[in-house]
This record gives sequence, C-alpha cells and structure tokens, in this order.
Amino acid sequence: MTEFYGTTLPNGLMLGTAQYPSPAILADAFKRSGAGVATVSLRRESGQDRAGQDFWQLIHQLGVHILPNTAGCHSVKEAVTTAHMAREVFDTRWIKLEVIGEEDTLQPDVFGLVEAARILSEDGFQVFPYTTEDLVVADRLLHAGCEVLMPWGAPIGSGLGLNNVFGLRAMRAHFPDVPLVIDAGLGLPSHAAAAMEMGFDAVLLNTAVAKAGDPAAMAEAFASAIRAGQLAHAADPMGPRDMAAPSTPVIGKAFLE
Amino acid sequence: MTEVTIIGGGVAGLCVARTLLDCGVGVVLVDRHKDIGPHACSWWAGGMLAPFCEGESAEEPVVRLGREAADWWEARTGAVHRCGSLVVSSMRDTADLARFARRTTGFRHVSGSEISDLEPDLGGRFTKGLFFESEAHLAPRHALARLRASLLADGAAFVQEDADPDRYAQRGLTIDCRGYQARDRLGDLRGVKGEMLVLSCPEVTVTRPIRLLHPRVPLYLVPRGDGVFMLGATMIEGQAGRHVTARALLELLSAAYALNPAFGEAEVLEIGVDSRPAFPDNLPRIRRNGNLIRANGLFRHGFLLAPALARMVADLIIDNKTPEVMDETAA
Repeated sequence: MTEFYGTTLPNGLMLGTAQYPSPAILADAFKRSGAGVATVSLRRESGQDRAGQDFWQLIHQLGVHILPNTAGCHSVKEAVTTAHMAREVFDTRWIKLEVIGEEDTLQPDVFGLVEAARILSEDGFQVFPYTTEDLVVADRLLHAGCEVLMPWGAPIGSGLGLNNVFGLRAMRAHFPDVPLVIDAGLGLPSHAAAAMEMGFDAVLLNTAVAKAGDPAAMAEAFASAIRAGQLAHAADPMGPRDMAAPSTPVIGKAFLE
Repeated sequence: MTEVTIIGGGVAGLCVARTLLDCGVGVVLVDRHKDIGPHACSWWAGGMLAPFCEGESAEEPVVRLGREAADWWEARTGAVHRCGSLVVSSMRDTADLARFARRTTGFRHVSGSEISDLEPDLGGRFTKGLFFESEAHLAPRHALARLRASLLADGAAFVQEDADPDRYAQRGLTIDCRGYQARDRLGDLRGVKGEMLVLSCPEVTVTRPIRLLHPRVPLYLVPRGDGVFMLGATMIEGQAGRHVTARALLELLSAAYALNPAFGEAEVLEIGVDSRPAFPDNLPRIRRNGNLIRANGLFRHGFLLAPALARMVADLIIDNKTPEVMDETAA
C-alpha cells in the first residue's frame, strides 16, 4: 500500500468538501465512497476568528484524515500564512499547497510553489503540492522536501480529464517510488480509472462529485472506478498492438471445404 | 388556548406570530431589539420567492413548501411582485445553464430576443436563459414592517428583552425562533455567512430577480424599485464576522458589471453581512420539548419557507399534528 507521509489510506480517493448542496449530502458522499481524506480550504478571514468552526466540526465528524489546502492563494506569502493558520485550526502537519499563477486556468505558479514548499517543509509541514506534469518542477519539489506530488489532470473544475496523458505517463515512469496523486480536472469516473490504470496512487476530486445531481452516488461511482483501475494496474494490462490477434486459436480448426 | 410567547422577531418569529393570531391564538413577541433592523438576518434577505430555482440545489421540501409563500405574503402584506425570475449565464458558462435546467422545473427556455423583451436593459448580452414565470419577489423590510404593523393592530404584544426561551417555557408555551442566536441550544445548527450589497443605479431598469450563473460566483440581483437593487449573495461556511471581505465585494460587483456595465456607475448604499442559520441538510426543523418549541434552520429560505414553517408550528400547537420537518432530537 502506498504511504502518504507514513499514512496508508483506505482507498485511492481524496475528496474536497466545497460546493455540496448541504453538509448532510457531503457526509453521505464520504460514507458511500469510503474516501479516507477530506480536503478543506481555509479562508484567511475565517482562520483568524475561527468563524468556520461549525463546518469544520462537521468535517471532523467524518472521521477521515483532513488535508487543509491553500486554495485561492496567489503568492508564496499568502500560501505560507494560510498553511500556518490551517496547522493551528486543524491540528495537522499535512498541507495541500496551491499557489495559483494564472486566473483563467488556475494553473499553479510553479516557481512560487517550489519556494513555498521549501519554506513549509523546513518548518515541519508535510506538503502535498498541486503542480503540473513538468518533470523538472517535480524534481525541484522533491528537493524542496516534498514526499508526495499532485499533478493536475486538467484545470481545476473543468472536468476535462487527463489532458496530457503522455506527460503524466512520463511522470509516473520518472518517479516510480514517489506517491503521485492526480489533483484537479477530473469529470468522470472513467478519468479516475484511467489514472489508476496508469499507476497513479490516488485521485483528488471535488467539483465532479459535489456538482453532480446526486453527489453521493457519484462519489461511490468514482470509488468503484478507482478500485477497478487499481486492480487493472496490478493485474499488468496487455499493451496495445496494431494488428488483430485472434483470441480463439485457429490452428487445428476444422476446415469446412 | 392561553397566550403563546414567541422569542425572536425576525421573519420566522413574525410569521409564526401572524399565523397563530390568524388561528385565534394570542401572542407575545419578545426580541432583544425594539424593532426589526440590521441585527436580523431577514433584514438582509433577497426576498426572492423562487421555489423552482432553489430546487437546483435544495432538497424537495423547499420546492414544495416554498410554493405556499407568494400567496401567504400577498394576503398578509400585499407587497408581492409576480413577474417571475430569469436565469442567465455568459456564453462560456452555458453548460451551467443546461445543468440548471436539468435540475429544475417550472421554467421555459428563452432566446436572446425574448430576454430583451422581458428585460430590455439586459438585451444583447445573453443568448439563452430560463424564465420561471410563476415565481415572485418582495421587498423584505417592507414586508416585515407590514407584518409587524398588522400584528400590532390585531392585538399582539411586543416586548423588548434578551430573553431565555427555557425560562419563558417554565411559565407557558414558548416558541424559540431566534435563528443563529439559538446556536447555544442547538448543537447541530451552523452559520453560513452571506454578504450582500444594496446599490442605487437609476440608469438600469430590471423588473424581476435575475440570477447570473457562474461556476465560482453565482449572483442574484433583485430590483427594489426606484433604481435600487439588492445584489447577493456569498455563501461561506462559517458564521459571519462583522465585515464584508474585499474578495466578496470584488466578486459581487464584477458579476453585476457583467449583467450591465452601467452598474459600474452605481452608488453603493449598503453593505450587509450576516449568518444564515442552517442544519446539516439545510432544511428547517421543528423540535419540541414540553412547553418549548424550537423552529429554526431556514438557511437562505427565510421568506420562502417561514410561512410553511409557521403553518406547521400552528398545526402542532392547535391540532397536535406532527409536522413533516419535526425531528426526534429533543429541543
């Protein structure tokens, strides 16, 4: 089993906690999917006076690992401040690090990301960086102290799936021993299955579940797809080939004429 | 039946008082403040009576029970505008419009030219929309003032006191309608912060509530007449601080600007922020423990659901009929 900073998870699903129709439906999504990690975004305003604690209490009651994130931070300073607040509020060293660099695609600012990852790692945080599939950036993040990498599938909330399959395969091959999580951009369970078939260790989703007509059913569908993808990867899938290969042996078949 | 005490003079308390009085039950209404004002969540309400639109994200009872609202308010305050509501999105978010249509009923699709006919000042900016013709809206402060005046005229007593419902319940039947203030007694009640603006923009004429769909910042604009608009509202988990954030202002105002650039010249009359009281499924609840009944959790549906909630409280008190939103947890 893959370990994320020494923690093994019940399955390969990490779920965000935003945008659900209600906390009751959010709780149901966790129950039906068996997801073991909940990401929670912390607004700096609510961190200061602990204004969100009613909601956070509901998240705590889910009984899963909490992965606070620095969603919406656009600079190293913002992200570091938010991470510190999150550590205090949620009493965890885990932090999902987002440093947004571009407003339309919500693409990570990889330069700021590496810098913030170094600062936070040195400060004892266990950083889950939201990054691109760029191998050089990935390498820098590992050097900065990260032990998990979270490349995007597609822009946050776009539901486009795995946009750069080549890049993601290369990343998996390049870092065989680093826990890799597809974070953002998935829209369908088949996207998650594809990621797991490629050997990724987990996927992180929010919108695809929260904005579905029946979020709890969609969460369960994702969990099933992840399980299928994991099994398939472990079963060593056949490679594609150009020509047909009959599945029934032809030698020894009776001739009709 | 002897007099019933109602604690909390927001939309829930006033509707319960009016409904009981209509049934011939005398009421005393107790509130911390002398009159309705910015301390009350209902003061900052949008006043949309839009059960079908709310069905996009709310549970079924909201759509069904909310359909009682327009008639109730019209009969008791007169101030209901029945012009429907209009849902639009920018070109890049038409997927959100399609999704909204899949999850709601009671609308018809409208084209760009039909949108221009309905709301000339939005003309040319939107090519597709959904028109919920049977929906309505009201001006919350006006409606609450009318309700209060009618209660006074019909013999309801108003008492200014920061009351403890449990102590009142020792003396007689008491209904706790305090909203988020009741958090200390309702462990599963939470606050959902909302931020809104009141704008003056006489240049723009809009006759019905407009919802602008956006993946990050869904916005609604409710006309108050005379070029005044209510622009809302953020939905943030966590009870409100005293102030609106810069981010909320930016998001609300840029969405208004997208509806019509003339909003760039609008004057900001008021900035509001408060906590909507909500239970985990965002549905209201009635709980009873002896002489004390708690009616709470109207979330963002105060004006939409308070009439139905009040009716159920009256059914419980007068006919001992168990309301559908009653739950087993003791009050």
